[in-house]
Amino acid sequence: MGTAAEVLKDFKGFNMKNIPTEELLSPGHRACQGCVEILGLRLALKAIGKDVIVASATGCMEIVTSPFPQTAWRVPWIHVAFENAAAVISGVEAAYKALIRKGKIEDKKVVFLAYGGDGGTADIGLQALSGALERGHDFVYLCLDNEAYMNTGIQRSSSTPYGAMTTTSPPGKKSIGQSTWKKNLPAIVAAHGIPYVATASPAYPVDLMNKVKKAATVPGPAYVHIYSTCPTGWRHDSSIAIEVAKMAVATNVFPLYEVIDGEWKLSRKNPKPKPVREYLKMQRRFRHLTDDEIAKIQARVDAEWKTLLERCGESPEAAKDKDE
Amino acid sequence: MKKVIEGSHAVSEAVRLVKAEVISAYPITPQTHIVELLSEYCATGVMKARFLRVESEHSALAALIGASTAGARTFTATSSQGLAYMHELIHWTAGARLPIVMAVVNRALAPGWNIWTEQTDTLSQRDTGWLQFYCEDGQEALDTTVMAYKLAEQVNLPVMVVLDAFFLSHTYEPVDIPDPDQVDSFLPPFEPKFQLDPLNPCAFNQLSPPNVYMEMRYSMHESSLYALRAYQDIEKEFQDIFGRAYGVVEAVMCDDAEIIMVTSGTVTSTCRLLIEELRASGERVGLLKIKVFRPFPAEQVIDALRNAKKICVIDRNISFGSMGIFAQEIRASFCNESLKPQIFGFIAGLGGRDITVDTLKEIYFTAKENEHPERPDIWVNLNTEVLS
Repeated sequence: MGTAAEVLKDFKGFNMKNIPTEELLSPGHRACQGCVEILGLRLALKAIGKDVIVASATGCMEIVTSPFPQTAWRVPWIHVAFENAAAVISGVEAAYKALIRKGKIEDKKVVFLAYGGDGGTADIGLQALSGALERGHDFVYLCLDNEAYMNTGIQRSSSTPYGAMTTTSPPGKKSIGQSTWKKNLPAIVAAHGIPYVATASPAYPVDLMNKVKKAATVPGPAYVHIYSTCPTGWRHDSSIAIEVAKMAVATNVFPLYEVIDGEWKLSRKNPKPKPVREYLKMQRRFRHLTDDEIAKIQARVDAEWKTLLERCGESPEAAKDKDE
Repeated sequence: MKKVIEGSHAVSEAVRLVKAEVISAYPITPQTHIVELLSEYCATGVMKARFLRVESEHSALAALIGASTAGARTFTATSSQGLAYMHELIHWTAGARLPIVMAVVNRALAPGWNIWTEQTDTLSQRDTGWLQFYCEDGQEALDTTVMAYKLAEQVNLPVMVVLDAFFLSHTYEPVDIPDPDQVDSFLPPFEPKFQLDPLNPCAFNQLSPPNVYMEMRYSMHESSLYALRAYQDIEKEFQDIFGRAYGVVEAVMCDDAEIIMVTSGTVTSTCRLLIEELRASGERVGLLKIKVFRPFPAEQVIDALRNAKKICVIDRNISFGSMGIFAQEIRASFCNESLKPQIFGFIAGLGGRDITVDTLKEIYFTAKENEHPERPDIWVNLNTEVLS
């Protein structure tokens, strides 16, 4: 049994009855109606509790929570540019270790939490994240993935899915929209061999909170990739944001899993996946896609799911046998 | 205790003495010796700091921004390309009012690829809000680094301690290494007013709209100006304990001088020899060494130079399309003075080319023999064969 698995042996999770009521990310912030990104962040903070220091990358969550002289944060929070939340939190963690060693501050458990959007994590922040993971700092990194640069007005990132319309991947006579496949960031992070990696969705709040709590519990680096529906950027009604998020899981577009000490484990087995078309048709960013293109996306989702099942040691048939 | 050590290691000793708590660095020639020794001190337990071997200079400074905001005394070092790569966070550090101290070993920027000394790397960071101190020798590098912490923590601005590549960084000289207890009595522990603390949550570096941003910048500027006086007070205190002081500028035989050479960094030592030689042959020459570049000590510079007929500013740097950067500052300082000397600006020693006593002598006689400079930037010893 690896270090993380050992620590998580007696893990006590949340259920619908014991979710903390305290709001560490307070209401009154300026996120859009139906923003699932801030919901994920709020749930993550509930899971961690108030003994936390947060480093924020530049992005929607930074802007909507921090206009001076107000702040939505009831925990210590620092923003330092776009590409370096992981480097900043590694410095904070190092400072705490040094100050505790000197007896300048009390030796008690503080969770070091960094977050960034998909642009701040998969693109401009990937180097700083990789460095902090490799150095083995004791921190949690949340990638709040809304699949484009939403803060600057919906430009494509390497995490934007194939075919999606953004302001810099507009569909047209000579363009399908986003022409590349979504970067598999959780797999890239898992390749660093860190103790804990997970994907989570605010549509499954208890699962998300448990994963964040596990991430905060294991020693060393931990990473949770949070699917973050964005009604503004994805062009759907804000009232169906959670339905879209559920459909992403139901169609295997965004599967939920954990990687603990390098062991991959599905969180939901999904024996009867819905057709990807059901997910795409909910969002106007995919409205221009032809049947041929949708078939191409379906084939890609099927292939990635198969790879994931293999990593999790599940045969495609076995996955159909039982539903968790 | 006096020891013969490298200029780089004089900085490392200072960082040990100030008990830096978090150090992060990325390798780049000619800075590496500074952090190599610190790394060793951390590995052997001589220092209790956390040493982060980060994946880039950008992250080196990002990590220190986190560490400093969390209440730790911090240090990093870099050169040239590494400094340029940090640039975004150089601005950030000053704007966040963090007392981070960084040693920069001056090195030419590429292309052409060149690891030798030139000041354009640090001088092109002049508008970032960092205080900048240029050092002449190993002793000054050590003493300046110790004083830099006291000043940075007093005015809440970061400090660059600047050393010439190789001529200072890799040169062995006798350096008096102060007693740790004396340094403790000079420099109290770092106690920031606000820090990242779950018991007292604060938000740092928020979205700052036009109604507050300008006042933030004004306050930075005022603190930067105040730093000049603060530095002088700190140096007096330092002198009382350690018996050494440098001044924001140092004027050598300027009172009766007709021509004054203006230098920074190691060229100053070379120029000291020239002054002795020329004075012995009856030339009325003086030397002004500029140690503090930001904040710029305009008043002290004018006081030292105002009675001379001609000034020779030696710039081991160039602001393309304008002139040497020290020459710019000195000309700007004199612009509202009714009596001003002729200011000759010389560009010399770029990319590590030697500046010898003969080079300086040529500069001196160029000024002596011409009433006015033929152009604002006179390039010294250009090789016409390379140019053709």
